[in-house]
Amino acid sequence: MRIPGTDADVIDALVGITPGSPLDAIRVRRPEARAQAQATYRALFAPDVPGNVTAQERFAVGAFVAGLHGDAAIAAFYAARLSDSGASTALREAVDAAIAAAGTQGPYGSYPAGPLSREDTPGPAYRAAAATRRALGPRLAAAFEHVHLLVFHPRDATPVALQALLDAGWSTTDIVTLSQIVAFLSFQIRVVGGLRTLAGRP
Amino acid sequence: MPDAVLVPPDHTAPVAFTRAQLEWLPWLEPLAIEALTERHMASLVDAARLKSPYFRLLARDPDALEARTRTDKDIFYNPDAGLPRAERELAAAATSRFNGCVYCASVHSRHAATYSKREADVQRLLDEGVAADLGERWNAIVAASVALTATPIAFGPEHVDRLRRSGLDDLAIADVIQAAAFFNWANRLMLSLGEPAAGG
Repeated sequence: MRIPGTDADVIDALVGITPGSPLDAIRVRRPEARAQAQATYRALFAPDVPGNVTAQERFAVGAFVAGLHGDAAIAAFYAARLSDSGASTALREAVDAAIAAAGTQGPYGSYPAGPLSREDTPGPAYRAAAATRRALGPRLAAAFEHVHLLVFHPRDATPVALQALLDAGWSTTDIVTLSQIVAFLSFQIRVVGGLRTLAGRP
Repeated sequence: MPDAVLVPPDHTAPVAFTRAQLEWLPWLEPLAIEALTERHMASLVDAARLKSPYFRLLARDPDALEARTRTDKDIFYNPDAGLPRAERELAAAATSRFNGCVYCASVHSRHAATYSKREADVQRLLDEGVAADLGERWNAIVAASVALTATPIAFGPEHVDRLRRSGLDDLAIADVIQAAAFFNWANRLMLSLGEPAAGG
Protein backbone atom coordinates (compact mmCIF):
# COMPACT_ATOMS: atom_id res chain seq x y z
CA MET A 1 0.00 0.00 0.00
CA ARG A 2 1.42 3.35 -0.97
CA ILE A 3 0.52 6.16 1.36
CA PRO A 4 1.60 9.54 -0.07
CA GLY A 5 4.08 11.38 2.06
CA THR A 6 4.80 8.65 4.57
CA ASP A 7 5.42 5.56 2.51
CA ALA A 8 5.73 6.83 -1.03
CA ASP A 9 7.22 4.46 -3.57
CA VAL A 10 10.91 5.41 -3.60
CA ILE A 11 11.54 4.49 -7.23
CA ASP A 12 8.49 6.48 -8.41
CA ALA A 13 9.52 9.44 -6.28
CA LEU A 14 13.12 9.46 -7.50
CA VAL A 15 12.18 9.05 -11.17
CA GLY A 16 9.35 11.58 -10.80
CA ILE A 17 6.62 9.17 -11.93
CA THR A 18 3.16 10.64 -11.39
CA PRO A 19 -0.15 8.75 -11.60
CA GLY A 20 -1.37 8.47 -15.18
CA SER A 21 2.01 9.29 -16.74
CA PRO A 22 3.47 7.00 -19.47
CA LEU A 23 5.98 5.50 -17.00
CA ASP A 24 3.19 4.89 -14.49
CA ALA A 25 1.36 2.92 -17.20
CA ILE A 26 4.50 0.84 -17.72
CA ARG A 27 5.12 0.16 -14.04
CA VAL A 28 1.47 -0.91 -13.62
CA ARG A 29 2.19 -3.78 -16.01
CA ARG A 30 4.76 -5.19 -13.57
CA PRO A 31 2.79 -4.62 -10.38
CA GLU A 32 4.61 -7.14 -8.18
CA ALA A 33 8.03 -5.85 -9.22
CA ARG A 34 6.89 -2.38 -8.24
CA ALA A 35 5.32 -3.37 -4.91
CA GLN A 36 8.02 -5.83 -3.89
CA ALA A 37 10.91 -3.51 -4.74
CA GLN A 38 9.30 -1.08 -2.31
CA ALA A 39 8.70 -3.93 0.19
CA THR A 40 12.42 -4.71 -0.02
CA TYR A 41 13.23 -1.07 0.67
CA ARG A 42 11.04 -1.23 3.77
CA ALA A 43 12.48 -4.58 4.89
CA LEU A 44 16.01 -3.20 4.68
CA PHE A 45 15.52 0.41 5.86
CA ALA A 46 12.45 0.28 8.14
CA PRO A 47 12.30 -3.38 9.17
CA ASP A 48 9.56 -4.76 11.40
CA VAL A 49 12.27 -6.73 13.19
CA PRO A 50 15.32 -4.44 13.40
CA GLY A 51 17.82 -7.12 14.47
CA ASN A 52 21.35 -6.01 15.29
CA VAL A 53 21.80 -3.56 12.43
CA THR A 54 20.71 -0.08 13.52
CA ALA A 55 18.73 2.32 11.36
CA GLN A 56 21.70 4.67 11.39
CA GLU A 57 24.02 1.92 10.12
CA ARG A 58 21.53 1.04 7.38
CA PHE A 59 21.26 4.63 6.18
CA ALA A 60 24.99 5.31 6.51
CA VAL A 61 25.59 2.35 4.19
CA GLY A 62 22.74 3.54 1.94
CA ALA A 63 24.20 7.03 1.70
CA PHE A 64 27.64 5.59 0.92
CA VAL A 65 26.34 3.25 -1.81
CA ALA A 66 24.22 5.99 -3.37
CA GLY A 67 27.12 8.45 -3.22
CA LEU A 68 29.46 5.98 -4.93
CA HIS A 69 27.02 5.74 -7.84
CA GLY A 70 27.38 9.48 -8.46
CA ASP A 71 23.67 10.20 -8.99
CA ALA A 72 22.93 13.49 -7.21
CA ALA A 73 19.19 12.97 -6.61
CA ILE A 74 19.52 9.45 -5.23
CA ALA A 75 22.53 10.41 -3.11
CA ALA A 76 20.58 13.37 -1.69
CA PHE A 77 17.65 11.09 -0.82
CA TYR A 78 19.78 8.68 1.21
CA ALA A 79 21.85 11.49 2.77
CA ALA A 80 18.57 13.04 3.99
CA ARG A 81 17.43 9.71 5.46
CA LEU A 82 20.78 9.42 7.23
CA SER A 83 20.21 12.87 8.75
CA ASP A 84 16.67 11.86 9.77
CA SER A 85 18.09 8.81 11.55
CA GLY A 86 19.82 11.17 13.98
CA ALA A 87 23.33 10.86 12.55
CA SER A 88 25.82 13.32 14.01
CA THR A 89 27.53 15.93 11.87
CA ALA A 90 30.77 14.01 12.36
CA LEU A 91 29.21 10.82 10.97
CA ARG A 92 27.64 12.61 8.00
CA GLU A 93 30.94 14.29 7.20
CA ALA A 94 32.74 10.94 7.46
CA VAL A 95 30.29 9.42 4.96
CA ASP A 96 30.90 12.33 2.57
CA ALA A 97 34.66 11.98 3.02
CA ALA A 98 34.43 8.24 2.31
CA ILE A 99 32.42 8.88 -0.86
CA ALA A 100 35.00 11.42 -2.06
CA ALA A 101 37.92 9.07 -1.28
CA ALA A 102 36.42 5.81 -2.54
CA GLY A 103 34.81 6.79 -5.83
CA THR A 104 36.05 4.96 -8.94
CA GLN A 105 34.59 3.09 -11.92
CA GLY A 106 33.46 -0.53 -11.98
CA PRO A 107 33.11 -3.38 -12.48
CA TYR A 108 36.72 -4.53 -12.26
CA GLY A 109 38.47 -7.44 -10.59
CA SER A 110 40.14 -10.80 -11.11
CA TYR A 111 39.07 -14.31 -12.02
CA PRO A 112 40.44 -17.64 -10.76
CA ALA A 113 43.69 -18.40 -12.64
CA GLY A 114 42.91 -19.78 -16.10
CA PRO A 115 41.57 -18.66 -19.46
CA LEU A 116 39.66 -15.74 -17.92
CA SER A 117 42.84 -14.28 -16.41
CA ARG A 118 43.32 -12.25 -19.61
CA GLU A 119 40.18 -10.34 -18.60
CA ASP A 120 41.56 -9.49 -15.15
CA THR A 121 41.19 -5.75 -14.59
CA PRO A 122 43.11 -4.37 -11.63
CA GLY A 123 41.63 -1.64 -9.46
CA PRO A 124 41.79 -0.26 -5.96
CA ALA A 125 40.57 -1.85 -2.72
CA TYR A 126 39.21 0.82 -0.37
CA ARG A 127 40.66 1.28 3.09
CA ALA A 128 39.11 4.02 5.21
CA ALA A 129 41.51 6.82 6.18
CA ALA A 130 42.31 7.09 9.89
CA ALA A 131 40.06 10.11 10.53
CA THR A 132 37.17 8.55 8.62
CA ARG A 133 37.65 5.29 10.51
CA ARG A 134 37.54 7.13 13.84
CA ALA A 135 34.30 8.93 12.95
CA LEU A 136 32.63 5.83 11.51
CA GLY A 137 33.75 3.52 14.30
CA PRO A 138 35.24 0.08 13.65
CA ARG A 139 31.96 -1.61 12.73
CA LEU A 140 30.88 0.87 10.05
CA ALA A 141 34.45 1.31 8.80
CA ALA A 142 34.66 -2.45 8.13
CA ALA A 143 31.23 -2.30 6.47
CA PHE A 144 32.28 0.55 4.17
CA GLU A 145 35.38 -1.34 3.03
CA HIS A 146 33.15 -4.30 2.17
CA VAL A 147 30.55 -2.06 0.50
CA HIS A 148 33.20 -0.65 -1.84
CA LEU A 149 34.13 -4.22 -2.85
CA LEU A 150 30.50 -5.09 -3.57
CA VAL A 151 29.78 -1.88 -5.48
CA PHE A 152 32.87 -1.74 -7.70
CA HIS A 153 34.60 -5.13 -7.84
CA PRO A 154 32.33 -7.88 -6.54
CA ARG A 155 34.21 -10.62 -8.39
CA ASP A 156 37.16 -9.98 -6.03
CA ALA A 157 35.07 -11.12 -3.04
CA THR A 158 36.67 -13.74 -0.77
CA PRO A 159 35.92 -15.42 2.56
CA VAL A 160 38.68 -13.20 4.00
CA ALA A 161 36.48 -10.15 3.35
CA LEU A 162 33.67 -11.77 5.35
CA GLN A 163 36.09 -12.61 8.17
CA ALA A 164 36.96 -8.90 8.42
CA LEU A 165 33.26 -8.15 8.99
CA LEU A 166 32.94 -10.90 11.61
CA ASP A 167 36.05 -9.51 13.33
CA ALA A 168 34.43 -6.04 13.42
CA GLY A 169 31.31 -7.36 15.17
CA TRP A 170 29.00 -8.21 12.26
CA SER A 171 27.22 -11.54 12.85
CA THR A 172 26.41 -13.92 9.99
CA THR A 173 22.84 -12.61 9.95
CA ASP A 174 24.04 -8.99 10.06
CA ILE A 175 26.26 -9.70 7.04
CA VAL A 176 23.30 -11.08 5.12
CA THR A 177 21.38 -7.87 5.84
CA LEU A 178 24.36 -5.66 4.96
CA SER A 179 24.89 -7.57 1.70
CA GLN A 180 21.20 -7.26 0.82
CA ILE A 181 21.29 -3.50 1.43
CA VAL A 182 24.19 -3.00 -0.98
CA ALA A 183 22.86 -5.47 -3.55
CA PHE A 184 19.30 -4.11 -3.42
CA LEU A 185 20.52 -0.52 -3.82
CA SER A 186 22.57 -1.62 -6.83
CA PHE A 187 19.19 -2.64 -8.29
CA GLN A 188 17.11 0.31 -7.10
CA ILE A 189 19.63 2.90 -8.32
CA ARG A 190 19.73 1.27 -11.79
CA VAL A 191 15.96 1.08 -12.11
CA VAL A 192 15.77 4.77 -11.20
CA GLY A 193 18.57 5.73 -13.59
CA GLY A 194 17.21 3.58 -16.41
CA LEU A 195 13.56 4.66 -16.11
CA ARG A 196 14.54 8.30 -15.75
CA THR A 197 16.47 8.07 -19.01
CA LEU A 198 13.51 6.34 -20.67
CA ALA A 199 11.09 9.00 -19.39
CA GLY A 200 13.37 11.71 -20.78
CA ARG A 201 13.14 10.23 -24.27
CA PRO A 202 9.42 10.29 -25.09
CA MET B 1 29.66 -20.97 19.07
CA PRO B 2 30.79 -17.66 17.54
CA ASP B 3 29.94 -17.07 13.89
CA ALA B 4 32.70 -18.17 11.52
CA VAL B 5 33.56 -18.28 7.85
CA LEU B 6 33.01 -21.71 6.30
CA VAL B 7 35.76 -23.57 4.50
CA PRO B 8 34.14 -25.16 1.42
CA PRO B 9 34.85 -28.86 0.79
CA ASP B 10 37.39 -29.84 -1.89
CA HIS B 11 35.99 -28.84 -5.24
CA THR B 12 36.93 -27.74 -8.74
CA ALA B 13 36.41 -24.03 -9.34
CA PRO B 14 35.14 -23.32 -12.87
CA VAL B 15 37.76 -21.24 -14.75
CA ALA B 16 35.54 -20.27 -17.68
CA PHE B 17 31.94 -19.18 -18.23
CA THR B 18 29.78 -22.20 -18.94
CA ARG B 19 26.18 -23.28 -19.51
CA ALA B 20 26.85 -26.42 -17.49
CA GLN B 21 25.08 -26.99 -14.18
CA LEU B 22 27.22 -25.66 -11.31
CA GLU B 23 26.99 -25.96 -7.58
CA TRP B 24 27.22 -22.99 -5.17
CA LEU B 25 29.13 -23.37 -1.91
CA PRO B 26 28.40 -20.90 0.90
CA TRP B 27 31.08 -19.03 2.84
CA LEU B 28 28.69 -18.38 5.74
CA GLU B 29 26.46 -20.83 7.58
CA PRO B 30 22.99 -21.20 6.06
CA LEU B 31 20.14 -21.88 8.49
CA ALA B 32 19.77 -25.58 9.17
CA ILE B 33 16.64 -27.09 7.63
CA GLU B 34 15.44 -28.22 11.06
CA ALA B 35 15.93 -24.70 12.46
CA LEU B 36 13.61 -23.00 9.95
CA THR B 37 10.54 -21.31 11.42
CA GLU B 38 7.29 -20.81 9.53
CA ARG B 39 8.46 -17.27 8.71
CA HIS B 40 11.71 -18.61 7.22
CA MET B 41 9.80 -21.21 5.22
CA ALA B 42 7.42 -18.58 3.84
CA SER B 43 10.35 -16.36 2.86
CA LEU B 44 11.66 -19.12 0.56
CA VAL B 45 8.43 -18.69 -1.50
CA ASP B 46 9.03 -22.04 -3.29
CA ALA B 47 9.38 -25.02 -0.94
CA ALA B 48 11.96 -26.57 -3.31
CA ARG B 49 14.38 -23.81 -2.29
CA LEU B 50 14.70 -25.51 1.09
CA LYS B 51 17.48 -27.59 -0.49
CA SER B 52 19.44 -24.53 -1.58
CA PRO B 53 22.17 -23.32 0.80
CA TYR B 54 22.01 -19.92 -0.95
CA PHE B 55 18.35 -19.38 -0.10
CA ARG B 56 18.72 -20.81 3.43
CA LEU B 57 21.55 -18.32 4.02
CA LEU B 58 19.47 -15.39 2.71
CA ALA B 59 16.54 -16.62 4.86
CA ARG B 60 18.42 -15.16 7.84
CA ASP B 61 16.75 -11.89 6.74
CA PRO B 62 13.40 -13.37 5.69
CA ASP B 63 11.54 -10.16 4.85
CA ALA B 64 14.30 -9.02 2.51
CA LEU B 65 14.51 -12.49 0.91
CA GLU B 66 10.80 -12.82 0.31
CA ALA B 67 10.49 -9.36 -1.28
CA ARG B 68 13.62 -10.04 -3.37
CA THR B 69 12.19 -13.27 -4.71
CA ARG B 70 8.78 -11.79 -5.55
CA THR B 71 10.50 -8.89 -7.37
CA ASP B 72 12.60 -11.40 -9.33
CA LYS B 73 9.59 -13.50 -10.37
CA ASP B 74 7.60 -10.57 -11.75
CA ILE B 75 10.54 -9.18 -13.71
CA PHE B 76 11.37 -12.50 -15.35
CA TYR B 77 8.10 -14.49 -15.45
CA ASN B 78 5.33 -11.92 -15.90
CA PRO B 79 3.87 -13.03 -19.26
CA ASP B 80 2.08 -9.73 -20.00
CA ALA B 81 3.73 -8.48 -23.21
CA GLY B 82 7.00 -6.53 -23.06
CA LEU B 83 10.32 -8.27 -23.67
CA PRO B 84 10.15 -12.00 -24.55
CA ARG B 85 11.38 -14.26 -21.75
CA ALA B 86 14.45 -15.31 -23.78
CA GLU B 87 15.64 -11.72 -23.98
CA ARG B 88 14.99 -10.99 -20.30
CA GLU B 89 17.30 -13.96 -19.68
CA LEU B 90 19.79 -12.54 -22.20
CA ALA B 91 19.92 -9.29 -20.21
CA ALA B 92 20.50 -11.32 -17.03
CA ALA B 93 23.26 -13.37 -18.67
CA ALA B 94 24.97 -10.30 -20.16
CA THR B 95 24.91 -8.47 -16.82
CA SER B 96 26.36 -11.54 -15.07
CA ARG B 97 29.02 -11.92 -17.78
CA PHE B 98 30.08 -8.27 -17.36
CA ASN B 99 30.12 -8.34 -13.54
CA GLY B 100 31.96 -11.68 -13.65
CA CYS B 101 29.42 -13.90 -11.89
CA VAL B 102 30.17 -17.34 -13.34
CA TYR B 103 27.39 -19.02 -11.36
CA CYS B 104 24.61 -16.54 -12.32
CA ALA B 105 25.79 -16.53 -15.94
CA SER B 106 25.57 -20.34 -16.07
CA VAL B 107 21.94 -20.42 -14.93
CA HIS B 108 20.69 -17.57 -17.08
CA SER B 109 22.65 -18.47 -20.21
CA ARG B 110 20.98 -21.90 -19.99
CA HIS B 111 17.59 -20.19 -19.75
CA ALA B 112 18.43 -17.78 -22.59
CA ALA B 113 19.51 -20.69 -24.80
CA THR B 114 16.45 -22.77 -23.92
CA TYR B 115 13.92 -20.02 -24.64
CA SER B 116 15.64 -18.54 -27.71
CA LYS B 117 16.98 -21.78 -29.26
CA ARG B 118 20.09 -19.72 -30.11
CA GLU B 119 22.62 -21.86 -28.24
CA ALA B 120 25.57 -20.78 -30.42
CA ASP B 121 24.92 -17.06 -29.86
CA VAL B 122 24.51 -17.52 -26.12
CA GLN B 123 27.73 -19.53 -26.00
CA ARG B 124 29.49 -16.77 -27.96
CA LEU B 125 28.44 -14.28 -25.26
CA LEU B 126 29.99 -16.55 -22.62
CA ASP B 127 33.17 -17.29 -24.60
CA GLU B 128 33.89 -13.87 -26.12
CA GLY B 129 32.25 -11.61 -23.57
CA VAL B 130 29.84 -8.71 -23.90
CA ALA B 131 31.45 -7.40 -27.13
CA ALA B 132 30.48 -10.58 -29.04
CA ASP B 133 28.46 -9.92 -32.21
CA LEU B 134 25.06 -11.53 -31.68
CA GLY B 135 23.07 -9.63 -34.32
CA GLU B 136 21.79 -6.07 -33.89
CA ARG B 137 18.76 -6.70 -31.65
CA TRP B 138 20.70 -8.83 -29.16
CA ASN B 139 23.71 -6.51 -29.42
CA ALA B 140 21.44 -3.61 -28.44
CA ILE B 141 20.07 -5.53 -25.43
CA VAL B 142 23.57 -6.57 -24.31
CA ALA B 143 24.95 -3.04 -24.74
CA ALA B 144 22.07 -1.54 -22.74
CA SER B 145 22.55 -4.12 -19.95
CA VAL B 146 26.29 -3.45 -19.82
CA ALA B 147 25.84 0.34 -19.74
CA LEU B 148 23.35 0.02 -16.91
CA THR B 149 25.71 -2.32 -15.03
CA ALA B 150 28.67 0.07 -15.10
CA THR B 151 29.22 2.05 -11.89
CA PRO B 152 28.53 4.96 -12.23
CA ILE B 153 25.77 4.01 -14.65
CA ALA B 154 26.58 4.69 -18.33
CA PHE B 155 23.06 4.08 -19.68
CA GLY B 156 21.90 7.01 -21.78
CA PRO B 157 19.38 8.14 -24.42
CA GLU B 158 21.50 6.49 -27.13
CA HIS B 159 20.74 3.08 -25.57
CA VAL B 160 17.01 3.80 -25.54
CA ASP B 161 17.16 4.90 -29.19
CA ARG B 162 19.08 1.78 -30.24
CA LEU B 163 16.60 -0.51 -28.47
CA ARG B 164 13.70 1.29 -30.17
CA ARG B 165 15.39 0.91 -33.57
CA SER B 166 15.59 -2.82 -32.81
CA GLY B 167 11.81 -2.95 -32.37
CA LEU B 168 11.47 -2.76 -28.58
CA ASP B 169 8.53 -0.76 -27.24
CA ASP B 170 8.81 1.13 -23.95
CA LEU B 171 7.47 -1.76 -21.86
CA ALA B 172 10.12 -4.03 -23.39
CA ILE B 173 12.81 -1.41 -22.72
CA ALA B 174 11.63 -1.17 -19.10
CA ASP B 175 11.96 -4.98 -18.95
CA VAL B 176 15.59 -4.74 -20.15
CA ILE B 177 16.22 -2.12 -17.46
CA GLN B 178 14.63 -4.17 -14.68
CA ALA B 179 16.24 -7.48 -15.76
CA ALA B 180 19.74 -5.96 -15.92
CA ALA B 181 19.16 -4.02 -12.68
CA PHE B 182 17.94 -7.16 -10.91
CA PHE B 183 21.10 -9.04 -11.83
CA ASN B 184 23.17 -6.28 -10.33
CA TRP B 185 21.39 -7.31 -7.12
CA ALA B 186 21.72 -11.08 -7.62
CA ASN B 187 25.34 -11.04 -8.85
CA ARG B 188 26.54 -9.20 -5.73
CA LEU B 189 24.96 -11.73 -3.37
CA MET B 190 26.14 -14.77 -5.31
CA LEU B 191 29.68 -13.44 -5.75
CA SER B 192 30.23 -12.31 -2.18
CA LEU B 193 28.57 -14.95 -0.01
CA GLY B 194 29.96 -18.11 -1.61
CA GLU B 195 31.59 -19.58 -4.70
CA PRO B 196 30.73 -21.80 -7.67
CA ALA B 197 31.93 -25.38 -8.03
CA ALA B 198 31.98 -27.55 -11.14
CA GLY B 199 29.87 -30.65 -11.45
CA GLY B 200 26.76 -29.72 -9.45
